[in-house]
Amino acid sequence: MSPSPESSVESLVNREYQYGFVTDIESESLPPGLNEDVVRTISAKKQEPAWMTEWRLKAYRRWLEMKEPHHWANVSYPVIDYQKIIYYSAPRTAKPLGSLAEVDPELLRTYEKLGIPLSEQKLFAGVAVDAIFDSVSVATTFKETLRKQGIVFCSMNEAIREHPDLVQAYLGSVVPPNDNFFAALNAAVFSDGSFVYIPKGVRCPMELSTYFRINTADTGQFERTLIVADEGATVSYLEGCTAPKRDTNQLHAAVVELVALRGATIKYSTVQNWYAGDAEGKGGIYNFVTKRGKCAGDDSKISWTQVETGSAITWKYPSVILQGDRSVGEFYSVAVVNGKQQADTGTKMIHVGRDTRSTIVSKGISAGQGNNSYRGLVKVLGRASGARNYTQCDSMLIGNRCGAHTFPYIDVQNPTAAVEHEASTSKIGEDQIFYLKQRGLNTENAISMIVNGFCKEVFKELPMEFAVEAQKLLGVSLEGSVG
Amino acid sequence: MSRAILQDYQALHPQGAPQAGWLGRLRQRGLDRFQETGYPTSRDEDWRFVDLAPLTGAEFRVGGDSPAVRPEALAPYRYPGTECMLLVFVNGQFVPGLSDLGSVPAGVTVGSLASITARQTELLGHHLGRYAPIESSGFTALNTALIADGLLLHVARDVQVPRPIHALFVTAGDPAGLATHPRNLVVLEPGARASVIESYAGLSEGAYFTNAVTEAIVGDGAVLEYLKIQRESERAFHVGTTHMRHGRDSRGTSHSVSFGAALCRNNLDVVLDGPGVEAQMLGLYMGRDRQEVDNHTSLLHAHPNCSTREVYKGILDGRAHGVFNGKIYVTPIAQKTDAKQTNRALLLSDHARIDTKPQLEIFADDVKCTHGATVGALDQQASFYLKSRGVAGPLARKILTYAFAAEVLDEIPFPAVRESLEAVVMARLNARGE
Repeated sequence: MSPSPESSVESLVNREYQYGFVTDIESESLPPGLNEDVVRTISAKKQEPAWMTEWRLKAYRRWLEMKEPHHWANVSYPVIDYQKIIYYSAPRTAKPLGSLAEVDPELLRTYEKLGIPLSEQKLFAGVAVDAIFDSVSVATTFKETLRKQGIVFCSMNEAIREHPDLVQAYLGSVVPPNDNFFAALNAAVFSDGSFVYIPKGVRCPMELSTYFRINTADTGQFERTLIVADEGATVSYLEGCTAPKRDTNQLHAAVVELVALRGATIKYSTVQNWYAGDAEGKGGIYNFVTKRGKCAGDDSKISWTQVETGSAITWKYPSVILQGDRSVGEFYSVAVVNGKQQADTGTKMIHVGRDTRSTIVSKGISAGQGNNSYRGLVKVLGRASGARNYTQCDSMLIGNRCGAHTFPYIDVQNPTAAVEHEASTSKIGEDQIFYLKQRGLNTENAISMIVNGFCKEVFKELPMEFAVEAQKLLGVSLEGSVG
Repeated sequence: MSRAILQDYQALHPQGAPQAGWLGRLRQRGLDRFQETGYPTSRDEDWRFVDLAPLTGAEFRVGGDSPAVRPEALAPYRYPGTECMLLVFVNGQFVPGLSDLGSVPAGVTVGSLASITARQTELLGHHLGRYAPIESSGFTALNTALIADGLLLHVARDVQVPRPIHALFVTAGDPAGLATHPRNLVVLEPGARASVIESYAGLSEGAYFTNAVTEAIVGDGAVLEYLKIQRESERAFHVGTTHMRHGRDSRGTSHSVSFGAALCRNNLDVVLDGPGVEAQMLGLYMGRDRQEVDNHTSLLHAHPNCSTREVYKGILDGRAHGVFNGKIYVTPIAQKTDAKQTNRALLLSDHARIDTKPQLEIFADDVKCTHGATVGALDQQASFYLKSRGVAGPLARKILTYAFAAEVLDEIPFPAVRESLEAVVMARLNARGE
């Protein structure tokens, strides 16, 4: 008799978070709390022009009038005291760096532990990295290659200084500062982020990638990412993250905006593996993110792919506004909850233009005492003749203390639209495991194979290097957790 | 709360009448609750898709003596081909002269709630208000406050009722501003078997308000066939709530057909309160002009080994607005649950609109739960097929729309009722004037 599946679940579920370490670098932080002066100080530290300071202040004032949403999401967490959060923290490497040699070796070691391809040999892999360490961008590679094509790939701060026209034209155009509570907070205090501009007709020669890392304790990170693909341009962007182990919850309220002009294509992939808290649900990241793309021009396309395995609470809905005629929106998601994790995630597809198409494939896996919700909206406005949507959301439950929930909203105002929605819930059957075991696989591998098969439709959308990482992550989070 | 409602409540308890007694206490609790919460608004998640203002802003009064209705006027709503035990309620009051119960088999208690006897009180008093909690919505609280009349059915253990029981609620006379709050109670003891048709019809046009609540208890191993037909005036408001509780190994099918009302809201709340239940929920709704049809279903799988199937279909024309919200909740112990939900909507015009929100909440791991939703125009392939057979244009559209509706109506087990409803669908399609 082989050991029961439960025992291997135990061992895997109890596995320590592999990336839980704290880098000991002196950092410069503001005292906790938020007021207009803090917003001004952040803006001043970033040497921002006056219009940017004003933009932040306006967002801050709007935020003051807004209420934190509590009633609709299927998540619960203690009240956040926004006056106890440190809104600015930067490693003390103030002067601009020319080469990797100048980067603090402590930082480089951190990246190495995380496997960030910053080092020389990794550069040949064709990945340009804009690494974010807490709130300041410290090293940007491959800039020259990109610059030759006219591509701008830099930190948001640099973009505000160097490309104010582009930033002013597009910042807040998809997620306005008053969009929601967390977006307003982000607009007021965002520390840094990535900015990408792909000029007309340019196909970005490499996958652009950024790694986020939350470091200083009690520092909320408020990244702001803006990607603009001009007419006919194409870009694929990767976002991945890990965070060190902490006791207090850390708030992460990022905003990502994508703008695709006529005929442009943006592909945005995320692997999120932040600290989910310990077995009792203590600690862990609150990941409250606003991600939205606008297919502003005809024939444009925006595709979101996400693999969410970390965070105590994940609350995000990468959305697409399909404004241009014949534009295409896609959302591929794998969300895994284990322990006491909660995820309320999904997408919105707003069909405005004619003959617009959208595809939603969501795979939710719940284990332990995790709760996983899919919440999505497909809206077809009156003008959107010929709109098409296909939605599939599948859930897999492992154990009977977890929950899977689906809340799809469909709102159709045009008779020529065709909207299809399918959802199913299933478990890993003992017969499936038995079958694989009698083919010579052990329980862990059998489960890994079944889960990976369940998620295959999403993984195939990920860029190569991410697909490998995602499968491994899923393995770590779940292997063997079947009864 | 409007004074009208308070006056209606006081009318139920004229001077000196005891407020005590279980019914008095129940009404009082309903009134207190309604005073506290009032009507729901679109800020409530369960009510967010419809605008209730035209209903909640107007004043409706419970009527006095019901007007005389000639039996011929009821003919279109009687389905004579299916022999029923008929109870007719006019403007909320039971009218024995129009009703025809025929011979009532032993073990069956059927009649009007208003004429409840002491013995029946003992039998039924503890059921009323137990399955339709006043907390579930302001409408249910209001109905409870104003409980006056409705269908009362009790079937003793292992008794089979051979003929369907048809409770027909009509609104007649000058109905503008009139409110009725029918309250129905159906109790099937273990092993009993019965069919109930609950239908609503407007004999005259007008902006009246029907606020019905039905509680149905299906005992262990009992079988209930339940059909609700809503054919109110297209200017009326209809809020109909049905709470159904299923015991172990019971079976039940609920059909809901809605054609009328300017604003119609159907709530169906099914609780599977024992293992081994088989339940079906089928629905068809049609909207035209500016009709609003809102269907909410909630299904609680609280025990293992139950299987359910739900199919709701809507046909929307003109500027009609349809809503479907179907929730399935599976508790941690409800292993081996097999739940299948389908909802489909057909939009026939450029300005028709549908909101659908299926919702699964699952806490058990060994379950099979699926839901599917489609919204769209008629199937182009099917249209092309008909065209290749020489049938095109309006006729082809009519055939396909009819077939879409018939899929739900086909499952109604009473041929005369089915045919009559199919004729209504056909008439509505013919009236489109294509």
